[in-house]
Amino acid sequence: MASIAKRKRYNMRISGLGGQGVVTTAHILGSCMDNAGKYASLVPFFGSEKRMAPVEAYVRASSEPIYEVGEVVYPDIIMIYHSQVVTHGKSYTMPFYTGLKKDSLVIINTSVNVLEEEDIQVLTKLNAKVVQFDATELALKIAGTELATNMAMMGMVLGLTQLVTEDNIEKAVRERFLGTSFVTSGGTASLDSAIEKKFKKKEELLAKNMEVINKTFELADSIDLTSDDLVIDLAV
Amino acid sequence: MSIKNMTEEKNWSGQKLVSTDYMLFEAPREKHFMTGSEVLKEAVKRCTVDASVSYPITPQSEAAHLIGELWAEGYVGVYFRGENEFGVMSEVQGCSMAGARTITTTSGPGTLRAMENFPTWSGTRIPCQLVLMARGINSPLSIQPDNLEVSFLLETGCMIWYAENVQELFDMSIAAFTVAEQPDVHVPIITSVDGFFVSHTREAVMLPPDDIALRPYNPYAAPLPPIDSEMPPGRFLRDPFVMKSNYISYATHASWQWEVRSAVERSKPYARHYLNGLAHTTGDEDAEVAFVACGTAAHQAKEAQRELTKLGVKSKVVKLRTIRPFPHEELLEAVKDVKYIFVPEFNIVGWLEKEVSKSLYGKCDAKIVGRPRVAGGMSMPAEAILQEVFENTGLKKGA
Repeated sequence: MASIAKRKRYNMRISGLGGQGVVTTAHILGSCMDNAGKYASLVPFFGSEKRMAPVEAYVRASSEPIYEVGEVVYPDIIMIYHSQVVTHGKSYTMPFYTGLKKDSLVIINTSVNVLEEEDIQVLTKLNAKVVQFDATELALKIAGTELATNMAMMGMVLGLTQLVTEDNIEKAVRERFLGTSFVTSGGTASLDSAIEKKFKKKEELLAKNMEVINKTFELADSIDLTSDDLVIDLAV
Repeated sequence: MSIKNMTEEKNWSGQKLVSTDYMLFEAPREKHFMTGSEVLKEAVKRCTVDASVSYPITPQSEAAHLIGELWAEGYVGVYFRGENEFGVMSEVQGCSMAGARTITTTSGPGTLRAMENFPTWSGTRIPCQLVLMARGINSPLSIQPDNLEVSFLLETGCMIWYAENVQELFDMSIAAFTVAEQPDVHVPIITSVDGFFVSHTREAVMLPPDDIALRPYNPYAAPLPPIDSEMPPGRFLRDPFVMKSNYISYATHASWQWEVRSAVERSKPYARHYLNGLAHTTGDEDAEVAFVACGTAAHQAKEAQRELTKLGVKSKVVKLRTIRPFPHEELLEAVKDVKYIFVPEFNIVGWLEKEVSKSLYGKCDAKIVGRPRVAGGMSMPAEAILQEVFENTGLKKGA
């Protein structure tokens, strides 16, 4: 495929289920770009916010100023946090690849292949690359909680696109979890404090998240995006 | 934070008092990464605000909540929740008539519920600020970005400004108090942004330090005396002069309405100064196509403008920062040589296109196309704008 790593601008659509940290990832991705001195804007989907309900967030990341706002209609990158987005249609955008540009990237959190024959036909025609890996399993293995699934997904997309350095990421994750000035909606804030108690120390939480991200960077390094395969399955 | 007495140098929260010019143009700025709701909190924090009244409605709830935090932190004098939006806007009027620098926020249906208050605000010449995070109107129910409610506000006698992004919301909401409080202006100001697209979108923004704040509002420079121990509430509203049915009461009412609208017009030189112009043009000077837009529609148009450049079509984006007063001169100057004008809008009625057509009628030969129009939360990708351009003009890609 044409190199996904060489675009000026990446429009990303992140689809998942309520509680998986979709919106949180969008915020951290934006902060990463900002830390790297590049441009980013992010928008959460404007719907009901509840556990297991479809959630979408959109991130625009670029080396030049971004004007466009609102939903990403034509993404370069689609990230799927839960296989039910594909298999149960738990998504605001149906089918999940609607609007995907040519030569683009799809990352799916799954342990099994979730693509139907028709999906494969469309994605092949678009010359897309689909990376499937079990981000939840990876999160459980390394951080001991599936709540770090979003870190694994974020690590993978940043590992594959190399938009920012690991230092930029660490700073953004630190701001998100340890920063005092960060304001989020009430629900998310109380969830965060629950997680923090679970991990006892905030620093420990940060370290676990970074471990997950480092691991996905290693995995991303092992991927050959120039291969002819549509689907790349990664063991975690 | 402990509440202190206001001095010549510092306000009650200990912030150093500065001029609006210093705040907006001279103070050093640092980069932050914030949403529109968060940045409004930062603006209010720097405005020595006396009072704020809130009521929850998506998508402005977070902004209203964050102003409440400022009150808890000691930056805002009075903060409370109204019974509903009608109550809120009435209470804002009360605070403002009593001489308080007052701000509130609302969205969509809440705006319409409070509707009677807006012309009452302008009629009482209060300089309060409403930050409108537009979301469209029922029915069917929508909480999505759509700015239909702005069309209802156009003839209320309030000033209406429209911010494009998080940065502009910050700067505008500070400038808004200063312009509204000029003794020869002294009318309410509605600072609008597109809900979600600005309120919930996180982007880079440059902010001055938070240990400085605007000098307090001086209600004794107002065209109507504020309520105090010598001026009972309701004196103006209830006095028989305007309540009788006789010729002088008709004439008073008519001239009063003219005066409110003249006051809005008199805000122009101040707004030109503090907003760096009522309209802002980007793109090719010798453009054939102009996009006239406000709010995030201007954002989308800039994206389309960049694409048109790649396709060999010369275009420009004329972003209107003020809707009331309407920037007639600036608009005409910006579009006088173009062949086509497109007005992309996030509403179904095309209120801005009507404003643009009315303003340019008989003065400009360009073809005016009120498209694309999206509503109810639909997106307006640059691709949709380009499609309208190629369908409605003789222009060809690569021409």
